[in-house]
Amino acid sequence: MGLSSFKRALWVFHVATGSCNGCDIEIVAALTPRYDVERFGIKLVGTPRHADVLLVTGPVTRPMLERLKRVYEQTPDPKAVVVVGGCGSTSGVFYDSYNVVGPVDEVIPVDVYVPGCPPRPEAIVHGVVTAVAKLEKVAERG
Amino acid sequence: MADGQKVYEIPIGPIHPALKEPIRFTFQVEGERIRGVEVRPGFAHRGIEFMGLKRNLIQVLYLSERICGICSISHPIAITLAVERAAGIEVPPRAQYLRVIFSELERIHSHLLWAGVAAHELGFDTLLHLTWKVREEVLDVLEELSGNRIDYSIPIYGGVRRDIAPAQVPKVEAMVRHYRGLLEELLDAFLRDPSVAARTRGVGVLTPEEAEALCAVGPTARASGLSKDVRQDRPYLVYGELGVRAITPRDWGLEPRGDVYDKAVVRLLEIGQSLDLIEKCLDEMPEGEITSFPKIPALLAHLKKAEGEGLGWHEAPRGEVIHYIRLEAGVEEPVAWKVKAPTYSNLMSWVPMFRDQEVADIPIIAASIDPCMCCMDRVHVVRDGSGATLLMEELLKLSRAKTERVLRGLSPAGGGA
Repeated sequence: MGLSSFKRALWVFHVATGSCNGCDIEIVAALTPRYDVERFGIKLVGTPRHADVLLVTGPVTRPMLERLKRVYEQTPDPKAVVVVGGCGSTSGVFYDSYNVVGPVDEVIPVDVYVPGCPPRPEAIVHGVVTAVAKLEKVAERG
Repeated sequence: MADGQKVYEIPIGPIHPALKEPIRFTFQVEGERIRGVEVRPGFAHRGIEFMGLKRNLIQVLYLSERICGICSISHPIAITLAVERAAGIEVPPRAQYLRVIFSELERIHSHLLWAGVAAHELGFDTLLHLTWKVREEVLDVLEELSGNRIDYSIPIYGGVRRDIAPAQVPKVEAMVRHYRGLLEELLDAFLRDPSVAARTRGVGVLTPEEAEALCAVGPTARASGLSKDVRQDRPYLVYGELGVRAITPRDWGLEPRGDVYDKAVVRLLEIGQSLDLIEKCLDEMPEGEITSFPKIPALLAHLKKAEGEGLGWHEAPRGEVIHYIRLEAGVEEPVAWKVKAPTYSNLMSWVPMFRDQEVADIPIIAASIDPCMCCMDRVHVVRDGSGATLLMEELLKLSRAKTERVLRGLSPAGGGA
């Protein structure tokens, strides 16, 4: 996929649903000069209402369950959800806790999984780019 | 309104752009002035202590690393020290030096991370990008030494899992030299910059009395002038021989005021201190074994036989972290595990720091204690579905009743509880 396939700047909203900060700081690292995804127009925004892609980190804890659903509903269509990290994908090491509801895909539909504990910034960038491809397909279908 | 005065409430969070982690603030504001704040943490609580009681100690070690991705050396160091005390395990000297090197590398990456976040909260994004660009160098070294950028899996009961090979030493030394040159530039950009000073001087003040009364720890306490550093006050590993001294704004030639500026002073100067410690460790580190249990099955068998309790403490980048562990012979899992993360001690400092500040200063004051929710979040347990709160007197009564039960030789947990 060449750079020409980026039809518009992609805005991303980051939700931490109970993560350990590991993935969260790698997401910020992906935005800063070494990896610099802003050169592709990808940037973090302050509200889900402006976002094309939701980046979700961490297993879903009980208090975050309803809030995650609400953030998903607030994100305008077409949208893509990228789960960053092992515990968001499968609950990981937190599988048997009383306060963890489960992985993200038990709460909202997920398009791309980026495994790793935490995944490298390159992997996160790749995950977001895979989400773009999905959004473009949706746009083509109209 | 007749008096022209009215207090409004502004809710912020739990999902908000200022901090990466979920937390909810409710501010009482009068115009632009904050009159009070209520903090509701607990959104990132994952029940790690509970899960730890169902897993063997090696699994618990990896779980402790995932309490917080930024302190992924600090928590394992505290838990290994606790378990080593409980099980009577000796740590070879070389391993102690290696643990210190890794924890100081972590401090550098964590303080640079904080500096970037603080710059971002001030609206100084160039500085965010500068600090995060230079932070990559220490992550490169950590990756070279441990194989990972985050979550290094270095400490293990009885030592460390990886040695620093002779070929890797020049890389670490090159990093130390690199940061030495850079530190002056960072100090310039933060501490000698008039706009940073204008936004941080006199903002979010924590007086030494308040810091002491609220049990603040780490840079939050040191910025208020308290000489409080676990590495200095209760030395562990080889910190005693290295001679660590708590850094306060006095080292920058200023009387401590406890504001956000002072917190930046302490954290930036600590980067220099960590560089000194790493250099000293590389110099003084003796040759030898890196663990007293090279084989994991032998370690597990020893831990299974161990009986006793232990406390481990460590000065994490955010302050003192304490792990308590109790082991019983014959079981692989710990019988009790308690973690006290630094943010748990620092959280209450927000209340005096926010008082009478402006709404626009909320992000930088919130960030100034370098909060880590995933380290500290807890749950309330409500008995019988009632929302009753236990007051200090009732807690005291419960505590006295427990002392009585223990003295009479009964179970500390009380009748069938």
